Amino acid sequence: MSAYIASLISVIGINLILALSLNIITGFCGQVSLGHAAFYGLGAYTAAYLAKLGAPLPLTLLAGMAMAGAIGIVVGLTSLRVRHDFLAVTTMGIGFVFLGFVRKQKWLGGELGISGIPGSGLDAVTYALLIAGFAMAVLGFSLWIKQSWMGFTFDAVADDEDAARTVGVNVSTYKLTAFGIGTALAGLAGGLYVYFARIILPDTFDFVQSIAILTMVVIGGTGSVWGVFAATIALTLLPEVSRAAADYRLLIFGAMLMLVMRFSPGGLAGLVKRKPA
Amino acid sequence: MLFVELIVKGLVYGCMYAMMAVGLTLVYGLLRILHIAHAGVFALGAYMTVTVANATGSLALGFLVATAVSAVAGTAIYRLAYQPILHHAAFVPMVVSIGLFIVMQEGFRLIFGAYGIAFDTNPWYVANVSLAGISLTYVEIAMVIMSVVLLVGFGLFAGLTRAGIGWRATVTDPQMATSFGVDPVRVRYVNFLFGSALAGIAGGLVGLLNNYVEPTMGGAVSYKALAIIVLGGLGSVRGTLIASLVLGVVEAFGAIYLADIFDRDAIGFLFLIVVLMVRPQGLLGRG
Repeated sequence: MSAYIASLISVIGINLILALSLNIITGFCGQVSLGHAAFYGLGAYTAAYLAKLGAPLPLTLLAGMAMAGAIGIVVGLTSLRVRHDFLAVTTMGIGFVFLGFVRKQKWLGGELGISGIPGSGLDAVTYALLIAGFAMAVLGFSLWIKQSWMGFTFDAVADDEDAARTVGVNVSTYKLTAFGIGTALAGLAGGLYVYFARIILPDTFDFVQSIAILTMVVIGGTGSVWGVFAATIALTLLPEVSRAAADYRLLIFGAMLMLVMRFSPGGLAGLVKRKPA
Repeated sequence: MLFVELIVKGLVYGCMYAMMAVGLTLVYGLLRILHIAHAGVFALGAYMTVTVANATGSLALGFLVATAVSAVAGTAIYRLAYQPILHHAAFVPMVVSIGLFIVMQEGFRLIFGAYGIAFDTNPWYVANVSLAGISLTYVEIAMVIMSVVLLVGFGLFAGLTRAGIGWRATVTDPQMATSFGVDPVRVRYVNFLFGSALAGIAGGLVGLLNNYVEPTMGGAVSYKALAIIVLGGLGSVRGTLIASLVLGVVEAFGAIYLADIFDRDAIGFLFLIVVLMVRPQGLLGRG
């Protein structure tokens, strides 16, 4: 496997974990989040900081997950208190607060981020396969959740919170669970990214990144695991396949967001499903 | 003295936020859409002002064109992007709006270039007056006067005229208003026309204030405007106005006293999150 293919697989794997984890929060449980990149960043910064102190890879990944998940649950607490539309703006705000904080911290490198991160100890190909393995695990986990008792409950919460509460679902617990799982997985993606890139910059985790992750979820079909899987791979490969697509990446993302939602709010998965019916 | 100066500067920014946020809050009150593409209209207004002013040498003409183009663009956004999907969950129009905003931002980058445009002549940018030791540029004063005049005008329109009363009735209860003979579709058009015109003028003024117009200039302002309408209690115009001024002042102080911990853009949202923890319905919203 060439180094190019290995790096491509790494990027796809990281994006898959990000998109599938947001899909658990927004797709399964119906909680709109416009700040997913902040949790990606939390995982990355935690892992990078510990790695520079000499902590081994499994520990940094776990710490990144724990940090992102813990803050994610705190943010989830706001979802219990505020209305739906408020949540979109609040999560967007979390992203700006995270960036605004990191940029001003000298011990986190400020605007320049953290560089000189030690390697994973694995060669590029093995590390790419490790990322792919994690991505497959997240995919399997998503599929398992979807058909599990918890998945049905998420569905009920997403569909009609009050009705779910009436039939005895503890809505708060399930929302927090969705936020906890989704953000912890984003933290894992952040930790994996650290050893792949060996340098992290605050701007990697900005609002545009949050929207890019959301684009993958929405275009694939919010809530559809295979739809999100396919869309993430397609959208990640697009700039590699065509030079024009790389130059106009944002323009294409924006146009796709707009057109897909305007004409098929169920995303690509919605298009596929509509045919047989 | 610094204390007073920060309050004054904060209020100037608050006036700018108010012009942006009122349009957003009107759209939300009427249609329950988080109209993020409003930021695109704001940047469009700035570009129209700067290109027309630089081409003709007349700033007034620039603002006139900016107002008209922004109003038409905003109305077109409603007609083409929102109207067909109003029956979907609120999430759907919001994502469309985000997509549209990104497309507009990238469109400006392609058409006008990534590096931004400055005004050829911008005498108000440097000319300033000193009031009790606080120096304000003419642009800042114009910003305050413009926003007060426009918003008071809007208040009189909404409070006193027949069309304004019909508008408020539609926001409160669309069905009842319709049965009293108000055309809800026309109200929506007026809504987008007015809100977008305000955003366009605000864009032009911010362009003058920074003497610089760039593709991403809508971003930070519009995200803050979203925070403001949530702070004010979504859909409440009075709450929005108060929240705009409060946020302007909080930011001015935060940018000085919290400079080592957070950057300016984070302060508004930090304030929002703190307020929402205490009052989840916003400052003036009803539970």
